[in-house]
Amino acid sequence: MEGIYAFCVGLMTACGIFLTLRGRTFSVVVGLTLLSYAVNLFLFASGRLKLDAAAVLGMSEDYGDPLPQALVLTAIVIGFAMTAFAVILAMRARADLGNDHVDGRIPQTKEEVRQKSGGQR
Amino acid sequence: MQHLSILPILLPLFTGALLLLPPFSKTLQRQRVLSIVSMLLQVIVGFALVLWVQTEGITQYILGNWRPPFGIVLVADPMSSIMVAVTNFLAFSALCYATGSHDKAGGYFYPLFMFQVMGINGAFLTGDVFNLFVFFEVLLIASYALLVHGGGKQKTQATIHYVVLNLAGSSVFLFGLGILYGTLGTLNIADMAQKVSELEGSVAILAKIGALLLLAVFGLKSAMLPLHFWLPKTYSSASAPVAAIFAVMTKVGIYSILRIHGVVFGDEAGELANIAQSWIWPLALLTITVGTIGALASPSLKLLTANLVVLSAGTLLVCTAIQSEAATSAALYYMVHSTLVAGGMFLLADMISRQRGKAEDRFVVAKKMDNPVFLGIFFAIAAIAVIGMPPFSGFIGKVMVLQSVQSAAEQIWVWPILLLSSLGALIALSRAGTTLFWRYSAGKQPEAAQPIHLGEWLGVVLLLSASPLLALFAGPLSELANDAAAFLHDPRLSVEALLTSPLAEGGF
Repeated sequence: MEGIYAFCVGLMTACGIFLTLRGRTFSVVVGLTLLSYAVNLFLFASGRLKLDAAAVLGMSEDYGDPLPQALVLTAIVIGFAMTAFAVILAMRARADLGNDHVDGRIPQTKEEVRQKSGGQR
Repeated sequence: MQHLSILPILLPLFTGALLLLPPFSKTLQRQRVLSIVSMLLQVIVGFALVLWVQTEGITQYILGNWRPPFGIVLVADPMSSIMVAVTNFLAFSALCYATGSHDKAGGYFYPLFMFQVMGINGAFLTGDVFNLFVFFEVLLIASYALLVHGGGKQKTQATIHYVVLNLAGSSVFLFGLGILYGTLGTLNIADMAQKVSELEGSVAILAKIGALLLLAVFGLKSAMLPLHFWLPKTYSSASAPVAAIFAVMTKVGIYSILRIHGVVFGDEAGELANIAQSWIWPLALLTITVGTIGALASPSLKLLTANLVVLSAGTLLVCTAIQSEAATSAALYYMVHSTLVAGGMFLLADMISRQRGKAEDRFVVAKKMDNPVFLGIFFAIAAIAVIGMPPFSGFIGKVMVLQSVQSAAEQIWVWPILLLSSLGALIALSRAGTTLFWRYSAGKQPEAAQPIHLGEWLGVVLLLSASPLLALFAGPLSELANDAAAFLHDPRLSVEALLTSPLAEGGF
């Protein structure tokens, strides 16, 4: 179980980082969302993975650590709010700047600049 | 009186909530009055907290009566209380300035400002790492919205970079927290300091990874070298009162480094003693260098000020790297000074840019200012303080930093870089001053002059008078800073306070 869990968290983090490094705001937002999912799973696992363990005392012989669950709950709420904000900001930037690149302008290769030497951006 | 330590969080929270409700939500004038009154109260509470901690010693505020290592706890010690007082003072001045005209530029300025103050105060007061994360998020989400306040292409673009970077930073923060919880089994800072020395072998390496991940996050907040690129653009495009309150945000990062990497992973951490210092050393010195180069290359006063913030962050990071009592006390004094002066400088830059027509704050020849004398005097005071020339607080702060460097090997690195950076700041600021104040096109008549509002004068005067006052009362203040540093460097004191809290004796 630990192996699969770790693999999933790692894969999700890798995908999240890859997407966050892209140039368009949409993929960046998706990347940040994936990253926050990965981090939630990771936090959850920091209390060790156990089967049949309730987080409430007296419900079962073996009990799980309730603190990571509380942390994850907080992290989910914050992550969700932040994602919502990032989406709105991305839309605002699309409207203000006229494109959806994170730098506010689409980077051009030297070739393109030479072709459009008329002064157009 | 025992509730004093939670007031810096509750007051802005309730004021912010109140500002969103009907009697205040529609009228700007009422919002102004309520915010100013509440902020004035917070300034009083901040100073009362400093005095109280001085007389009564460190206090723990245990929320919900849950025993410290498990529940949420607020810790008011000399260091955090001083930072809270400084934050509130800075916020009050920035609010005064905002009443001029900046609060009209967009909705919800005052509530957001209050939540921002709440986040910063909370980050200083919190006693466990997870709440540090929560308060970081509170101050960040308020700052995201404040940054776009007023609108405009430049702000939107700067905000995108800032938001994406900080969201990624929050993820890394949580990864670090998860690792530390998994290895230490606690997130209470005092408890962590106690348990970290017991770690050995592979577990210690895991904890080291967690601690260094946290260093990356705090480095991002405090503008440590490879992570500082967001700062100049963000700070220079924010509106003036917002930029002024942002001046304390880099200090939140430095404070967290002092707390986590100076105390928890400090001298007594066994295998993990001083793991971060070897990383901070070169990065801090490079940060100073880059800040100086940036200041010399800045084309406008706001960018120049933002680069000076990077420079002061580098100086503070050097103090955290030295890791001694004297260095921490120097860091605290310099932190107070640089926060207030940088805030004042941002406000002043805005005043100047509004009087220069289309040239704004760029270093080009423009029309004559309406009140060059007053602005010139203020600029000179701020510049002298920032550069670190006598007689103002920058000089004393820099001397304290230079004195705290003990060994010759460290002196060879720190002294030249720090002194040359002062020279760089001197050149950059004198060039800025001569262009802004002495070179104007005589022919152009001033158009419709914008009068400076009383609140704006008040804000700038308050912040800039702090520097001479800090120099005048340097004796008692540095004693205060020494106290705070002595406390911070004796983790046994905080652990003792944790164990002797009345609840711990009585059990659940």
